[in-house]
Amino acid sequence: MTWLETVRTAFDAIRSRRMRSALTMLGILIGIAAVMLTVGLGQGAQAQVASQINALGSNLLIVTPGSATAVGGIRGGRGSATTLTASDAAVLADARVAPDIAAVAPVSTSSQSVVANGQNWTTSIVGTTPQWPVVRARSTPTGRFFTAAELSAGAPVAVIGSTTAEQLFGLRSPVGQTVSIGGAQLTVIGELNPAGSTVGGDQDDQVVVPATTFAADLSAGTPSISSIYLEAVNQQDLSAAYQEATNAMLTAHGVTTATADFQVGSQAALVQTATSTARTLTVLLAGIAAISLLVGGIGVMNIMLVSVTERIREIGLRKALGATPRVILRQFLTEASLLGLAGGMLGVGLGVIGALTLPQVLEQPVTLSATAALGALAVSLVIGIAAGVYPAGRAARLAPIDALRSE
Amino acid sequence: MTLSTFGTSRAEAVGAPAILELVDVGKTYRTGALTVEALRGVTLSVGDGDYVAIMGPSGSGKSTLMHILSCLDVPTTGRYSLAGEDVSGLAERQLAEIRNRRIGFVFQQFNLLASMSAWRNVELPLVYAGVSRPERRARALEALGRVGLAERVDHRPGELSGGQQQRVSIARALVTDPTLILADEPTGNLDSVSTAEVLALFRDLHEQGRTVVLITHEAEVAAEADRTIRVLDGRVVGDDARAGGRTP
Ligand SMILES: Nc1ncnc2c1ncn2[C@@H]1O[C@H](COP(=O)(O)OP(=O)(O)OP(=O)(O)O)[C@@H](O)[C@H]1O
Ligand SMILES: [Mg+2]
Repeated sequence: MTWLETVRTAFDAIRSRRMRSALTMLGILIGIAAVMLTVGLGQGAQAQVASQINALGSNLLIVTPGSATAVGGIRGGRGSATTLTASDAAVLADARVAPDIAAVAPVSTSSQSVVANGQNWTTSIVGTTPQWPVVRARSTPTGRFFTAAELSAGAPVAVIGSTTAEQLFGLRSPVGQTVSIGGAQLTVIGELNPAGSTVGGDQDDQVVVPATTFAADLSAGTPSISSIYLEAVNQQDLSAAYQEATNAMLTAHGVTTATADFQVGSQAALVQTATSTARTLTVLLAGIAAISLLVGGIGVMNIMLVSVTERIREIGLRKALGATPRVILRQFLTEASLLGLAGGMLGVGLGVIGALTLPQVLEQPVTLSATAALGALAVSLVIGIAAGVYPAGRAARLAPIDALRSE
Repeated sequence: MTLSTFGTSRAEAVGAPAILELVDVGKTYRTGALTVEALRGVTLSVGDGDYVAIMGPSGSGKSTLMHILSCLDVPTTGRYSLAGEDVSGLAERQLAEIRNRRIGFVFQQFNLLASMSAWRNVELPLVYAGVSRPERRARALEALGRVGLAERVDHRPGELSGGQQQRVSIARALVTDPTLILADEPTGNLDSVSTAEVLALFRDLHEQGRTVVLITHEAEVAAEADRTIRVLDGRVVGDDARAGGRTP
């Protein structure tokens, strides 16, 4: 008996029990679709987090105060927020000290309320240098960023994020308007492009001012530098830049690695931390979905067992007419695999439809991958075969006469 | 076998070479602690081209004997040769092939697959013989034509009368062109008209030179055969051959 003939026979058997076959496939279908969607949702979330972090700037390194190893106790007493200084930033910007660092932007932040146009909005104020847009991969499509001259002059100018602009000025252009922060009057000279990222605070809700202006009027008692953003010359030099930044800071602060009062973080590390949460969630959800797939598989097995029991006479007759045990085994295995595969294909179809419609409902991206779809199909086939092995083996071993005689 | 004296050996009484040969065959069923000796030392031989009827009261072992003859079951003791080949020791796979190639069955219960049309039922043995689909259909239609069901090839068993269903199963038995036709009470579920039709078909098959063995309760059916073997309590107790075929 050829394979084509076996498939045909199996297909006939499935078709002659439409309702039951459909219910069996439903189990597999739901399982496969659930696995595809949960994994897709998880991967979508991971990709979203990663892209948000990448949107913060490419080849980014961040120097923050405090020690990498919080143990030791000796340095612990001192407020770690005050260990970074403007001269650190100057040292890091020195091409002779750190040739692989392209741009440096020290950043001081405070949270204050901004008044303009009769509106009051509390947001974060960032004091920095003209290098900031380069390092943070931001631009000012409307207006401009402040210049080095404005920085050294301590000019009363500000560049604001799109959310801040909307809160204060609605749909009107903020450029040229005046905002009042803690008594100081600042002229808005530019609006930042929307970043769409909320990693480390809403990147679209902030007011960026020259560091000098910040130190003079806006520091709200925290004049120190909270972090220094560094941009490596390119991706390959990131680790060299990391090394240079660490060495330069160690020298500048006169400390050793063991007593370091700062830490240098990389964007990759940030991505890893952020996505690991999403990954854990994905694994958890996929686990639950996999259990539903397993239940679907047991459903197939159950149906095949019932099918064998119910068709004992048919099996006996087929054997009497010349079907060998192997042919019977093959027929039932093929039947189970067909059920599994058909359920799997419908499940992948449902998964694709879900992945296309879910983002519109949940506003969550769902990643669809061909590998996942093919994997799901392979899994459903394996489930079909695994669920069919035992019932098929039983059918094949039946003595023809016992099978024929049974009721 | 202590009781073998009851077995009647008449192999030499029939002129044709033996196609079926049982030597001291016993069959014991074991169900838990219970054992049933369904056959107790049966020795008999059927010549090529014979038309044999097996008769006996209910529970005497006729079906058991038929199952052994048709390689659906194996004897507990004794030896069984089919066309000169000892089949006692063959594996299930080889037995399946023998059933497929050499034997055509007709069951009392018809044993047709309800979900398939008449011609699909008839082609079934050819599927396992590895015959191509177009040829299978042609041969199935031809076999159905021979049993007078050319008009009903697409009907399902449920849409046919008992007599027609039995003719479908006869078509299935002869579609592989077997040398041996075995029938266990083929007319047991039929009225006298259908019985006559079925018997006419068996007579045809016999006249084409096939060996026909059938089990029956009815004397009129047995009268069709050239030879009647009587079974009682698992033993052959009578064996009479009529040289002229039908009794006058
Ligand atoms: N599978 C089995 N297990 C146990 N005992 C069995 C089995 N099959 C048949 N028997 C017993 O073997 C004996 C012979 O049974 P068999 O079916 O051969 O009788 P039969 O002559 O065909 O009867 P009937 O005319 O009623 O069909 C009976 O006593 C029966 O109960
Ligand atoms: Mg019987």
